[in-house]
Amino acid sequence: MDFLSILSIFVLAVFVGYYVVWSVTPALHTPLMAVTNAISSVIIVGALIAAAAGAITEGGGLSMWLGLAGVVLASINIFGGFAVTRRMLAMYKKKDKKPAASK
Amino acid sequence: MEHAVAATPAWAVLAYLVAGVLFILSLRGLSSPESSQAGNRNGMIGMLIAVGTTLALHPTGLPLIIGAIAIGGGIGWVIAQRIQMTAMPELVAGFHSLVGMAAVLVGCAAYLNPAAFGIVDDAGAILAVSRVEMGLGVAIGAITFSGSIIAFLKLSGRMSGSPILLPGRHVLNLGVLAGILILTGVFATDAAAAAGQGPLLWIILALSFLIGVTLIIPIGGADMPVVISMLNSYSGWAAAAMGFTLQNTAMIITGALVGSSGAILSYIMCRAMNRSFISVIAGGFGADAGPAGEKGAAIQKSYKAGSADDAAFIMQNAESVIIVPGYGMAVSQAQHALREMGDLLKKEGVSVKYAIHPVAGRMPGHMNVLLAEANVPYDEVFELEDINSEFGQCDVAFVIGANDVTNPLAKTDKSSPIYGMPILDVEKAKTVLFVKRSMGGVGYAGVDNPVFYADNTMMLLADAKKMVENIVKGLNGGGH
Repeated sequence: MDFLSILSIFVLAVFVGYYVVWSVTPALHTPLMAVTNAISSVIIVGALIAAAAGAITEGGGLSMWLGLAGVVLASINIFGGFAVTRRMLAMYKKKDKKPAASK
Repeated sequence: MEHAVAATPAWAVLAYLVAGVLFILSLRGLSSPESSQAGNRNGMIGMLIAVGTTLALHPTGLPLIIGAIAIGGGIGWVIAQRIQMTAMPELVAGFHSLVGMAAVLVGCAAYLNPAAFGIVDDAGAILAVSRVEMGLGVAIGAITFSGSIIAFLKLSGRMSGSPILLPGRHVLNLGVLAGILILTGVFATDAAAAAGQGPLLWIILALSFLIGVTLIIPIGGADMPVVISMLNSYSGWAAAAMGFTLQNTAMIITGALVGSSGAILSYIMCRAMNRSFISVIAGGFGADAGPAGEKGAAIQKSYKAGSADDAAFIMQNAESVIIVPGYGMAVSQAQHALREMGDLLKKEGVSVKYAIHPVAGRMPGHMNVLLAEANVPYDEVFELEDINSEFGQCDVAFVIGANDVTNPLAKTDKSSPIYGMPILDVEKAKTVLFVKRSMGGVGYAGVDNPVFYADNTMMLLADAKKMVENIVKGLNGGGH
């Protein structure tokens, strides 16, 4: 892909992000931060490429170890971010419904 | 070693696109608590697709890679299970620092082994446009890292929340920032850098780590909601910059989403304090909220102090109570006792609601999470604009651990540092019960609050949690 196609995707995604985030209810702003944190760890893709390439490229040793370190950090975020978001979201409950016996 | 990114097969491009769309849906799910769990699942599936696709494209060195994922994943999982909800702001700051560091590591790895990332020309030199993206990505990542570390230290109390003001810090910060941009330009045009040599990238990196620290240390504790949102945004832009380098749509879409998310949250927080983003970033506003305010103690005005039993009696005989929680509730962990108090009042037929100011606490939505943790149903919790008109008709406003967000001077006193900030109109309630540690402390902004001395206010001076527990005892004891 050339630079301009990528830039087009980026600009459109900023607008999508703008509208999607405004629709997030303020009560869920903390889970929003936790989940954006988890998905921004998609940067793991770059770390994986460096780690995988380092294993087969001569002189790629340092690059590989940097990549592996990146994989560890991003994995902390991915697992931690999604898990803590799930834990938080599970706490949001509606008012208890009237007991079924009252029917 | 032919694994140039330009040759990414069509199925993989589509898979990354699907991952990007699932990330959009994961944020979309947060528009309501009902759809939020499904949204979170979409995010996980998207991440699985992105990681799986990458591993399928680059199936080498798998044992080490899987080991690295297992170590990181295990650490992340354990942290997520053990973390206290009150510690959520520092956890999020800590996580941001990891994204920043990961971006730095990826940028450096790409610089050291550019062929693996498909960013070299036929002669083996790193493309100029890739060097710009790499320079910016590494810089934003490094700022995110060191800035988030400072935010983490401040939020977790390992470092004072008070602003640390270096002399000439604005000149210093602007100078370093200009230096980073100029060096990035040089980095893009320098022949040695194209060959992967020379110290330019490392200098950019060092300067960026430095400015991350100097940008955040002058910002006070209660401005942290803005800082943490801003760092959230930066972590997104860092991911986007790396996405440009790798020409990866999943990274670009995610980076753009997260970048705009953080920017919008920063804007919402700034608006809720009626402060400009620039003034927050410039820092130096107020000391951290604490019991030490001499200014407040010097003003001798009369106020009514009450006991827990008085408060229990007043609320029992009220028809409606609106509870206004603030950072003080989080500090004393009073949310569970508060919910118990609310339950007892509801049993007595009192209507109980919660009113949340956008900047209550140390991060966006902080109070909502703590109340949810204490099993307060989310449909009893209201945002400022939805509930503010109800204070006029309510019998009791119960303020716990909040101060500046209830200060009517924000509406009337043009000289006040909080003038123009939208506030919760607690003073309009028939009775205001104000839980506060002591009369000595002033709010974060260092402004005295006239609500304390109003005729319809009763001050409940004690630790928030102890006071609420005693009120609960009073409600139980006086039940008949």
